[in-house]
Amino acid sequence: MTAPVLEVEHLDVGYGRGRKTTQIVRDVSFRIEQGKTLGLVGESGSGKSTIGRAIVGLAPVLGGSIRLDGREIGQLDRRGRRAVAADLQVVFQDPYSSLNPAVTIEEILTEPLEAQGWRRKDARVRSAEMLDRVGLPASAGKRFVSGFSGGQRQRIAIARSLMSSPRLVICDEAVSALDLSVQAQVLNLLRDLQDTLDISYLFIGHNLEVVQFIADDFAVLHRGELVETGPADQVMRSPQDPYTRRLVSAILSPDPQEQRERREMRLVGARADLAAEISEKGNA
Amino acid sequence: MTTHTSVLAVPHPAKPRSAFVAALMKPVPVIAAIVLAVIVIAVLGAGVWAPYDPLANDLANSLAGPSAEHWLGTDQLGRDVLSRLLYGGRPDLGAALLVACTALVVGVPLGMVAGYRGGRIDQFLMRIVDIGLALPSMVIVLLVLAVFGNQVIMGYLALGLLLVPPLIRIIRANAIAIRSELFIDAARVAGFSDTRIVFRHILPRLVGSVLVQASLIASMGLIFVSGLAYLGFGVSAPDPSWGTLIAEGAQITRQNPALLLAAGGVLGVTVLCLGLLGDTIRDASVARWARTPSRPSRIRRRRSPGDAAGAAPESSSLLSVRELSVEYGSVEQGQTVVDGVSFEIAAGEIVGLVGESGCGKSTLARAVLGLLRGGGVSGGAVSFEGVELTTATVGELRELRGTSFAFVSQEPLVALDPTQRIGTTLTDAVRLHTGSGRREARARARELLARVRFPDPERVLRLYPHEISGGMAQRIAIARALAGSPKLLIADEPTTALDVTVQAEVLDLLRELRASEGLSILIVTHDWGVVSDLCDRAVVMYAGQVVEQSATDALFHRPAHPYTAGLLASNPSGVAGGATRLPSIPGTIPLPSEWSTGCRFQSRCPLAVEVCGQGPVPLVQSPDGGTSRCLRVDQVERDIWSRDLVRGGAR
Repeated sequence: MTAPVLEVEHLDVGYGRGRKTTQIVRDVSFRIEQGKTLGLVGESGSGKSTIGRAIVGLAPVLGGSIRLDGREIGQLDRRGRRAVAADLQVVFQDPYSSLNPAVTIEEILTEPLEAQGWRRKDARVRSAEMLDRVGLPASAGKRFVSGFSGGQRQRIAIARSLMSSPRLVICDEAVSALDLSVQAQVLNLLRDLQDTLDISYLFIGHNLEVVQFIADDFAVLHRGELVETGPADQVMRSPQDPYTRRLVSAILSPDPQEQRERREMRLVGARADLAAEISEKGNA
Repeated sequence: MTTHTSVLAVPHPAKPRSAFVAALMKPVPVIAAIVLAVIVIAVLGAGVWAPYDPLANDLANSLAGPSAEHWLGTDQLGRDVLSRLLYGGRPDLGAALLVACTALVVGVPLGMVAGYRGGRIDQFLMRIVDIGLALPSMVIVLLVLAVFGNQVIMGYLALGLLLVPPLIRIIRANAIAIRSELFIDAARVAGFSDTRIVFRHILPRLVGSVLVQASLIASMGLIFVSGLAYLGFGVSAPDPSWGTLIAEGAQITRQNPALLLAAGGVLGVTVLCLGLLGDTIRDASVARWARTPSRPSRIRRRRSPGDAAGAAPESSSLLSVRELSVEYGSVEQGQTVVDGVSFEIAAGEIVGLVGESGCGKSTLARAVLGLLRGGGVSGGAVSFEGVELTTATVGELRELRGTSFAFVSQEPLVALDPTQRIGTTLTDAVRLHTGSGRREARARARELLARVRFPDPERVLRLYPHEISGGMAQRIAIARALAGSPKLLIADEPTTALDVTVQAEVLDLLRELRASEGLSILIVTHDWGVVSDLCDRAVVMYAGQVVEQSATDALFHRPAHPYTAGLLASNPSGVAGGATRLPSIPGTIPLPSEWSTGCRFQSRCPLAVEVCGQGPVPLVQSPDGGTSRCLRVDQVERDIWSRDLVRGGAR
């Protein structure tokens, strides 16, 4: 088995110091192989985005280790960050806030490369190439983002993340803000890019079906702790942990017939869980 | 290589230069710029075109009125007023420039550092700013001038520094707002240094506010410096400056008012022009990248009298919407966003209004409620139990809202007043609709909370909005909407902001309310799951029009419009495990200005043929009893999008 691209072990993330520490993520471990996608799912406040932010150095790592291709990156300073920036990129949820409106798209794309010492000319050639790859004409480079739709902006954000040929891209709710038809386009794009470039994704999301489409494996997060991991399809088909079961059973099917059945199942399951809880309390 | 995605239509390029120039080319700023330029050039070139030496006495000709030789007359010593005015601008404008530069050079970087870095540096700087704000500027400047004798430049520098604290506060506030944007995070992930982030990403965003501040500070400097000169500090006689000229003019205002009027006037005009120009340059400097403001300039409400009368609602329907159109903008440049929409809701029925962003579904819901922001109904009718709503007065609508129909928005927490306990909010709503006493209203509020399934209503009544979760807030918003016992609930994406488990609870609640009290619900959503879980019928909208309307089961199994089929197909839940691609609709949703006269979906449609573009497409009966706005309705199948995917693989 090849060495994983990303290996997270016993990760603790939190803010504050000493006794005032608020711990958001507790003892989380997972790994992502080359060319694979791990879906990190959970509800709001589960800490899934915090894990993504900790990996790219935007949230403080209190303990544990984060290794990218074997290099420890948990506690890097700005200089160290720059060194791994080429291999580790991120696509955020909000394509309106994640692109600087005051500079041209070409500048948005080339700036990270120039910071890594690329010649401007080469960086420009590369930016035209990446725009083409995400389905935008090269002429888009001379424009500002204000005229572009949400889906087009997200393509630009993806192009930016791919400029330096990264090993791992963290997609933090990257399609959540998009309309259904555009979401499908962007999901297809992400898969195509993975097939051709052999990159790995950490795909963070709250919509299990969206994440299932793109992810090989699932890691389910609840209140800052991992409650279940496994192949995505298997977790969706037969969730083991009670919380995962609750999450899966709350998914709505677009098929009214199937949805009626699911609803019955969910209500029955909830009653069963409640009964189990009560009897447990009674036994204790 | 290219990916499989089709090249997307991108907006027309806005030439950076032209946007900048276009924003400047408005009458007021152009006049202000010309006036200011004339003043500055006249002052700078005083040596060339001043008709007289500003210091040349001509006692024989003292206090002469305006004449051919002396356009603005002469002063007490017979000196030419115009020449003195021209020369006199030099120290004033120079000083204003010095003051502004000092303030900006010191204030902008400190403000950016405080805002971007935050923490201790910020705290330290802000304490100094607090002290700076407490200092009496005029006294300090006079003190500085007293200490440094007549080195006025020290006084100007001191004045510049004294204007720094308010500037720091403004720049800091702006920098804090920009710091929280994700593109700053992206820059940090890329490993950029703070200096680079500040200069490349924060400064360009601040240019607008810096320019406005610069013009304000220059104006303040100009007035301040003139004031100093008026008091006899700075420029001293016999050298002219606008301030000393005003002082001199005030003494001889009876003999020759021209001096005071000219000196005061030119100062006033300069300050005014600086202000006008500052605002315009700010707008122009961001014009090349900012969105053009699409502010609706005027609400229109143009309708023919026969409109409403012609639409007799069917007896069974609670709400009947007929050919409703909504426009934004002025009469000349109206933009239709909802175009001839008709649908009905029967008592106890739940209808889903489905579509993607920009299709007009939320606008339609608001139009029904009479709650349009900036837009106006331009045609059609909405009747609720036979009462016409589009022609109802504000008072009549207020009467109906809450008691006949109620509204629940996407963000319940925003809709709750953070300073009021839940109990106050709810009892106020109850009393508004029922006119009952405080005690009764409280009891009713408790009952409402029990109805939205809070096990302990009394505790919830005492909570503040910040103490509750999003799911609780949405249930409370529903409870409030039920306060007036409405018959119809209009809910705009009520579960979109909620977690899936909470979403399921809220949907369960809505279903129960329908079962227990026959509540009708119009739910605006983009989520097929919500439609299938809750709705009896769905109205699918695309580009302002209804494109399909049918019962939920039929819609899912046999969609009658290619757009519906496409939206269903691009939902990832329909995809079998192991599929590598989602069927997706190519292209983007057209803007209202791009709507074609023919089928609005044809450019993205796999079934489109030539005839689709030849004229408006009517709604026709679909095989399953619904309606569809498709000429090829017979060809529409559930899998047209995935078939296409298999065959061409080009989407």
